[in-house]
Amino acid sequence: MIEEPFASGNSLIHGLDPRLKIISAALFSFVVALSWEFPTLLMALVFSFLLTGVAKLKVSRVATRLAVVNGLILFFWALVPLTFKGEPLFYLGPLAVAREGVTLCARITLKSNAILLTVISLIATMPIATVGHAMSRLQFPQKIVHLLLLTYRYIFVIEQEYRRLSRSAKVRAFRPHTNVHTYRTYAYLIGMLFVRASERAKRVHQAMICRGFQGKFYCLYDFSMSRLDWAFSIIMAGAVFGLGILEWTKAV
Amino acid sequence: MDQSSLVINLSDISFTYPDSRPVLNKVNLQVRKGERLGLIGPNGSGKTTLFHVIMGLLKPSSGNIEIFGRPVKEEKDFRSVREKIGLLFQDADDQLFSPTVLEDVAFGPLNLGKSQDKARDIACKTLDLLGLSGFEDRITYKLSGGEKKLVSLATVLAMGPEILLLDEPTGGLDEATKTKLMEVLKSLDLTYILISHEMDFLWQTTDCMYAMQNGEVVTDDEICLHPHYHRHPHGSAPHKHE
Repeated sequence: MIEEPFASGNSLIHGLDPRLKIISAALFSFVVALSWEFPTLLMALVFSFLLTGVAKLKVSRVATRLAVVNGLILFFWALVPLTFKGEPLFYLGPLAVAREGVTLCARITLKSNAILLTVISLIATMPIATVGHAMSRLQFPQKIVHLLLLTYRYIFVIEQEYRRLSRSAKVRAFRPHTNVHTYRTYAYLIGMLFVRASERAKRVHQAMICRGFQGKFYCLYDFSMSRLDWAFSIIMAGAVFGLGILEWTKAV
Repeated sequence: MDQSSLVINLSDISFTYPDSRPVLNKVNLQVRKGERLGLIGPNGSGKTTLFHVIMGLLKPSSGNIEIFGRPVKEEKDFRSVREKIGLLFQDADDQLFSPTVLEDVAFGPLNLGKSQDKARDIACKTLDLLGLSGFEDRITYKLSGGEKKLVSLATVLAMGPEILLLDEPTGGLDEATKTKLMEVLKSLDLTYILISHEMDFLWQTTDCMYAMQNGEVVTDDEICLHPHYHRHPHGSAPHKHE
């Protein structure tokens, strides 16, 4: 089952206007992604840690999420310094480790962790449905919003269908091996999943037509900015500008 | 016979899915206002197809459909039909596509051009009617099977239909939810056709039963007495035969 472990909570951040959280996370991520200087990146990481702290998220859960991304980054660390052309920092046997490669990897690590932590503390602290509603209120294109919401709604149904299929294979003594029978079985399973998903889509569409659907969706949810929201937006704006200025002064 | 009370009038409706035998074969069906019909028949006998033809989801290869005395042919005609006839799908997951219950129930009224406040109001009232108040902000995929079915019914009722088409509403429901559904159906003053395989349920909720066989509706409402075997799910608890 896919879960939303961070969505429920009663921290300061959980109570903020969803629209504000989306805009803040987007702006912050852009600035971090476009920054290059180490002081800026370090400050961004510190700030994102602070956000996670304010959101009162369970450290172990956040760490699990970070581990996934950092596992990927580990591959960068293993490959990039060795394959990058530049001034050798030291030698590993016949291989030269390039200084530029190491700094690049360090930047990637800092940036991804800072962005990830910010997104976890700002976006993952809302249920997906709320993200969709807020996007709708922020005038995101309707099609994107409903693609998101419908995908999210039916991922669970498709997951259940996948489980049903794989259970039915299992109870008939199917055990995966490295052979054609296994590949064929998985191909059937995936194929059947696609067929069922498309049948499902057809029926959902019919059900929508029966209720007078004419291609337009309506959003029932309204949001409003509280005093706390304004305070948070000032802090966020300060952080984003601060990082920008730090980057700019270092770069010149 | 009084023609004005005829709300659904199907004459000689035929329907064939591509590459298969005819599913509906010159079906004739008349439904009058206030009638509560049960529709039985083996799997694949065309019951669901019949509902989809009435709603204009499938186009019959021949025959005429009249709803409330007016012939309906084009998609345009069916749009107003869908405002008056509500179809409850077999699988509640097909019907509930919005993230929250409130949105799903308000979806129909919004499509009918109601304002947001009005739609929200209708949705809350309908949920209340079905004993589902407090469900507004529940996430649809997290509901139990019975709750999903009742919310689906709410999404249909919120449109204020005059006729309901219920496609196996009891499928997969426990006794308590079935009883609840039965009570709701009895309390509604609506015309409906109900597909089911459960005789007990049909007996309680409908006035007469039609059967579908080989693509035809067999309308034989003579009561014939017959002996039958049955079992008592509650052991030796006493019960009455009516």
